[in-house]
Amino acid sequence: MNLRVLNRLALRLAQAVPVLLVVAVVTFLLMHLLPGDPAVVIAGPEAGAEAIERIRHQLGLDRSLPEQLLLWLASLARGDFGRSLMLNQPVLVALGERLPVTLSLTLVSFAITVPVGVALGVLAARFRNTWLDSAVMFLALVGVSVPSFWIAILSVILFSVILGWLPASGYVPLSDGLLPWLLALLQPAAMLALFQIGFLARMARSATLDVLDQDYIRTARAKGVSEWSTIAKHAFRNTLIPVVTATGIILSLLMGGSVVIEQVFALPGVGRLIVQAILTRDYPLVQGTLLALAFLFVAINLLVDVIYTWVDPRVRYG
Amino acid sequence: MTAEPLLSVDNLTVQFRTDTGWLTAIEDVGFSLGAGETLGIVGESGSGKSVTALSLLRLHATATTRIPTGTITFAGQNLLRLPSRALRRIRGGEIAMIFQDPMSSLNPVLTIADQIGETLALHQGLDRAAARRRAIELLDLVRIADAAHRVDAYPHQLSGGQRQRVMIAIAIACRPKLLIADEPTTALDVTIQAQILDLLRDLQAELGMSVILISHDLGVIAEFARRVLVMYAGRVVEAAPATTLFRRPMHPYTSGLMQAIPPLDADVHRLPTIQGSIPDPARRIPGCRFSPRCAEAQPTCRITAPSLVPVGPDHLARCPPRAGAAR
Repeated sequence: MNLRVLNRLALRLAQAVPVLLVVAVVTFLLMHLLPGDPAVVIAGPEAGAEAIERIRHQLGLDRSLPEQLLLWLASLARGDFGRSLMLNQPVLVALGERLPVTLSLTLVSFAITVPVGVALGVLAARFRNTWLDSAVMFLALVGVSVPSFWIAILSVILFSVILGWLPASGYVPLSDGLLPWLLALLQPAAMLALFQIGFLARMARSATLDVLDQDYIRTARAKGVSEWSTIAKHAFRNTLIPVVTATGIILSLLMGGSVVIEQVFALPGVGRLIVQAILTRDYPLVQGTLLALAFLFVAINLLVDVIYTWVDPRVRYG
Repeated sequence: MTAEPLLSVDNLTVQFRTDTGWLTAIEDVGFSLGAGETLGIVGESGSGKSVTALSLLRLHATATTRIPTGTITFAGQNLLRLPSRALRRIRGGEIAMIFQDPMSSLNPVLTIADQIGETLALHQGLDRAAARRRAIELLDLVRIADAAHRVDAYPHQLSGGQRQRVMIAIAIACRPKLLIADEPTTALDVTIQAQILDLLRDLQAELGMSVILISHDLGVIAEFARRVLVMYAGRVVEAAPATTLFRRPMHPYTSGLMQAIPPLDADVHRLPTIQGSIPDPARRIPGCRFSPRCAEAQPTCRITAPSLVPVGPDHLARCPPRAGAAR
């Protein structure tokens, strides 16, 4: 890693600060725009107006919106994400418990998506207009069209209920062993990957076709390079350039998609946490979680940027 | 010409698949080339020069191309019948090719060393280190300054002229018997153009290879080629030694091209041009394909397709009225 790359990284990190600030303000306003009041939820159905008012005061919800926003931002600046209203624990602790689950799910799913999606796309391009191409494109279409919760339920019926190969739900932490962890995540991760595989396969196919039309591919053929080498050596790395962009988006989409999959497979991840928090109007928890996710997205984009410099030499020096 | 030419092309027809059916890109193309000779192929864009060149190494997309008739005999074997493995040994080994656009003909993500070395590894079995050393020698040979450093550069770090030199280095890496240069200087500016042509000429003399030079530029052809093939709308319309062709062009199309060259010794405000434009290949023109644009066309020209007939020593043309007058 040379100085130029480090400079780029520093610049990108600095650019992340205003992005996160905007995310913070927008999530804050969105949450407070929602009808409903956490004080009512905390106080319970029996509570009178006075009790609710007391809780509102305790939580600081009786202050003006700009005041609340500034207070929250000020505590964020100190690294304090506040306490969850419902879980009775700090937001960061709650996140720290749930994030590993979601990250595990996302990463395993990503590890399935990228090789499978790229391989299918390259194969379809290599055998353009044959039955193989049509089959891959059909599967891709199914992958992007079928709702993930539905196919996930079907998968549970087949692999967990009928065949009994994989657990139907639940999470096993990595500290309990690599294999149990992987087994617990395999099914949800594969279901989560289906959509992305379809997306990536289409993308990789068109990228490969595009590259195969380039003059330098003709040059490689004129040099006597075999058909497969042409694809593996000359086309593949050029195909990767748009694919890397896509994988950044895919990682983000996987994290988004995990909300649904975590529900289906009862995984105690960030997705379930955030759904719960929104339903109970747990302002600090929703805001803190969204901010953490936004930070992850920025980090992913940064990573994509670094990978670019490795894949495409023109970025390295350009 | 020697008894057994290095390359001979006979009756070559190439068709491309389009939405409306098979389109004939070149028809009944034939020529031959002896060892060490230089052939120029000249014509407008769309005349079939590049299609001819690419078909010599079967570089067209296989799914959408067919070659219904013809033979391409190179060193005794018909390239059109060769199994793909044997063909790959010839590609880049005995026949090498350089292309029009050096900006896009090199792979942007591989270094120069990788791209020259690949040919050497494939055809001569050199390992990485040896291929790199040889690549530096080749860069020296094509007159790239500071070859030892340049070898590790990526294409985008080189200028257009340098990239074309790298393409030439790749092409000559395995000492081919035949070099096909498809518009090698078209994308370059004039001074670089002259340098590249000089380089090609020197390399040809040094390595004793045959060269097919394809260009739309008669000046480049005149300077470089011993024999010239003039193509129009997918057919050879005239073939002659360069000196004969430039002194006494027989086909009206060739004469038209000659008249369109700006003279150096006179000030002309308006150059003569050939009326009309090259026909759409999807449209079949009965008779002589040039007849719609030809000032001297006879009624028969529009009905019967003329054949390529001798009009002088070693001189063929596809124009019966002029051929008749020449006799």
